[in-house]
Order: sequence, then C-alpha cells, then structure tokens
Amino acid sequence: MIYQIFMKKYVLDLTVTENISLHSNYVLIKLTQDAPLPEMRPGQFAEIRIDGSQTTFLRRPISINFVDYEKNEVWFLVQLVGDGTRKLATVRKGDIVNVMLPLGNGFTVLPDNGKKVLLVGGGVGTAPMLYFGKVLAEKGFKPVFLLGARSQKDLLQLDRFAAYGEVYTTTEDGSAGEKGYVTMHSILQKEKFDMIYSCGPKPMMMAVARYAKANGIECEVSLENTMACGLGACLCCVEKTDEGHVCVCKEGPVFNIKKLLWQI
Amino acid sequence: MADLRTNIGRLEMKNPVMTASGTFGYGLEFQDFVNLEDIGGIIVKGTTLMPREGNPYPRMAETPMGMLNAVGLQNKGVHYFVEHIYPQIKDIRTNMIVNVSGSQVEDYAETASIINELEGIPAIELNISCPNVKQGGMAFGVSAHGAAEVVSAVRKVYKKTLIVKLSPNVTDITEIARAVEGAGADSVSLINTLLGMAVDAEKRRPVLSTVTGGMSGAAVKPIALRMVWQVAKAVKIPVVGLGGIMNWRDAVEFLLAGASAVEIGTANFIDPAVTVKVADGINDYLERHGYKSVKDIIGALEV
Repeated sequence: MIYQIFMKKYVLDLTVTENISLHSNYVLIKLTQDAPLPEMRPGQFAEIRIDGSQTTFLRRPISINFVDYEKNEVWFLVQLVGDGTRKLATVRKGDIVNVMLPLGNGFTVLPDNGKKVLLVGGGVGTAPMLYFGKVLAEKGFKPVFLLGARSQKDLLQLDRFAAYGEVYTTTEDGSAGEKGYVTMHSILQKEKFDMIYSCGPKPMMMAVARYAKANGIECEVSLENTMACGLGACLCCVEKTDEGHVCVCKEGPVFNIKKLLWQI
Repeated sequence: MADLRTNIGRLEMKNPVMTASGTFGYGLEFQDFVNLEDIGGIIVKGTTLMPREGNPYPRMAETPMGMLNAVGLQNKGVHYFVEHIYPQIKDIRTNMIVNVSGSQVEDYAETASIINELEGIPAIELNISCPNVKQGGMAFGVSAHGAAEVVSAVRKVYKKTLIVKLSPNVTDITEIARAVEGAGADSVSLINTLLGMAVDAEKRRPVLSTVTGGMSGAAVKPIALRMVWQVAKAVKIPVVGLGGIMNWRDAVEFLLAGASAVEIGTANFIDPAVTVKVADGINDYLERHGYKSVKDIIGALEV
C-alpha cells in the first residue's frame, strides 16, 4: 500500500510577520499565530486561500519551506506564477493569511542516520528541502544538497542550506556552480548515495529518477499536479501508480519512484 | 433557534444543508474541520457497479469564479463500497446518501438494489447527468424518455428515498423533471455541472485531458437558481437545489426559489467547514426575519 499518514489538519488564520522579496520572481512569507503551530513534516504542504483576487477561485497549494518552532513561524517560498501567487505576494506584516495545513505525506526519513542522503531541488522546488535538511541534521544525518536553477539569482536561501549540510549548485547559464543540469553535477560521480530525494520541475525529477534507478539508489520525488481540494476528496490531482490513480494531495505529494509509472 | 428541519419525501433532515457528491469524499476526509453530524445530509462520491479508473490527468481547470472538472466517476465500485467504506460511515448520525452512477440501465438498477439492503443508507441520488463519461449518465439525463427509463428500472428495486440528479445541459429541464417525477422519483436535485471547456493559449492545447468538462463554482449560481425556480413550479415532488452555493445567503436564495434543501459542492474546497456555517447562517436569517421554521421560506419568493 502507498504510505499515508494521518495527522490532524487545521484551517488557521495566521498573521504575517515578514514578507521578503527574494528577487522579482519570489517572495518568502513568514506566518505565525499566538497558539503553538501544529506539527508539520518536511515535504508536506499547505493550501493557502487567496483573498481579493478576482480571478483566483481556489486555494493555492504551497510547500512548507521551513518551520521555526522557537519563533512559532511557518515559512512559504512563493514563486510568482499567476494572478493568485502575485496577489499572495502583496501581503504585508500584520495581514491575516488563511491556511489549511499540514497536508500530504512528506518525505521518508530513513531509520539509520549513517546513510548518505542527497536532496535535489530545482527552482522553487528547493523550498521543501530547507525544512527537510533541518530535520535530517537534527536527527544526525549529514545531508548533501544539490540545488539547480536557471541562473545565479534564482538560487535561493543558499546560506540557510549551508547550516545543515554541504551545498552544491548548478545553473543553466553557468553564472553560479557548475554549468548545466543537476544530473550533470560532478558530485554524482564522486559520491555514492544511499537515498535521493527530489523536488522541482517534472523533467528534472524524471532525470534524477532515471539516475537513481540506473544506479540502484532509493529515490523519492515530490509531485505538484494541479489540485483543487487538497484533501483527497475531489480526485482532480491524480497520478497513475502501480495501484491505479491516487491523489497527489493525499497519498502524495511524495512518492517512491518505484510506485510511479514513469517511463525512465 | 429556528426550526431547521426539512423533508425530502419521507427523508427527514435536521437541516436543509447537504454536501454535493464528489466534493466531500465519504465525509471522513473532512472530519478534522467539521462535525459531520451537524450536516443535514452527506452525499458521498459517485458509485458505479464496477470499479472505474476515471479519466487521465489533467482533470481540473480553474476558471473565473469557478472550475472545470473531468474526473470521470473514479471509484472502486459498489462492492468495495459495501465492504470497506460503508462500515466506516454507517454509524454517522446524519443522512448518509450514496450517489449512484452507471452507463447501462441494468447497472443502475443492480447498484441501487445492493445499496437498498444497507440499513444505514436512507436514500440514493441517481446521477443521470455526469458530463464526463462516454455513454455515461448524461446520455440518459438529456432525454425525457431515457431519464424515465432509468428511474423506472431503479424504482422497481429501490424502496427508500430516490433523488434524481438532473443535468442542466438540456433544452428544457422541466420536461426531464416531469418525466422523472412520472417514473417514480421522490425528489430531483439540480443542477449537475455545466459542460464547459478551457484552452491553454500558449500551448495551443485544451487544459483537460477530455477537452470538455463539468463547470461548477460561484459562477454557475444564476443558472442554477433559474432552473431550480422553473423546476419547482413544474413538479410536485421536492426539489434539492445546488450550483454555486458559497455561503448562507446563496442557500437562502435557493430555498426562496423553491428548493426544500440545498447541496454545497465546490465551496467545500475553499472552506472545508462551509456546510455548518451555512446551516448557522440560515438559522440567523430565519430569526432575523421572524420565521419559526425553514419551511416558511421554501418557495416563498415574491414575484
């Protein structure tokens, strides 16, 4: 059976503590409330209600970027894609944002913290890897991050990633790190990993999955199929698996590549 | 506190708010947000005789104040429902109603007869109006003859409350409603989704895998209201109104137009607790206007 987790879900009115523009295409929104935030697992996501946009009817699924339990803050790294995310990006300190969380299953943490794990993120897909890296480091893992982007300015939060493990980067234009795609990075030749986790554009995740499969490495990927409810009720965001159509929002968003029917 | 109780034929409801099929799973998915027993009725996901994989992804497109879906009745079949889902929902103390779909008259009848034996299911909603499956329900729902044929066959084997869900994708919905009434339905619910389409201009491709899909959400409310009003005047059986209800005021509008109860669908995706908020809001409305019972406003539209 596909691994599902059952954690109580909440609809919360959270208060914006900070909205930081990372560059023209991304904002980092930090939210809090008086009561302690619920427990969240790395790789889970929230459905965020967009208020005041004429063209945005549904909530927007956004992955959890980071949870700072000391400050009681949850962070969302938002890429400005359409009207909904552009509207969300305009919130200011003190504004209320309605979020439903935590949703989905999250990444699997291996029982043995001596295993070598690689976290591969591409574009805004690097977002869940920050919180995941923190949790792994706390559990005694030494996670390695491999982060890819179009260009240097699209590589986000690098200093924060560095706090939890080694960071390697690639850019398509060669303006930072090694030039090319993540799967071309030399670290993959030098190191042998026990498990790879990946989140980013589907072609990137498929290339990572192909590498993992060819080298006999366990691999989990985080999908972002278009969603409506986020709760496994509407059956819109389905992915074909060896168990038939399953909801990415509920049975995912994280899947072991062995469950997927990708042609890799 | 006003009296929110209403009836759909013999079916007694504690309040007029139900969930629309396909938008609330089996209810269990929403337990963290809402006390299911505070909802007047829960209409669970469309169920067919045999399992259905549904349509390929992508199945959803957001539209201005609404959305299109092309799920295509994905479900594990009535036998799986009886064995695995029913035991989990049978003791929930509200009306647990199963939406029944099919592609042949015999399938509808067999599915209905199986559900007829389930003590904890007091009603079914017969879906003759799904726009997302080939030879699916809508083939029956768009002609008076076809609609009557399915309803007659189901009526013979189904002894409890039979609600028939109508398609808005017809020339005259009152003609279908009358045919269904004549074939023995206890109630009609309307509207199912409107057939629509979304195009990705950049890719020069349709957004949905099936090209067309069913439109729902706030944008469809005026059409749904108009049809509920027309049908309520055309038939004697109770009408259940749905289509674009986002809040209590929308629900009151449907009751005034002649609906004895309402269903809330797409709004559950934006606020998973919307159903109980609507029931509370109807109560406040009744108190504010000095009505003792919700029945006082059903069909009370002054034209």
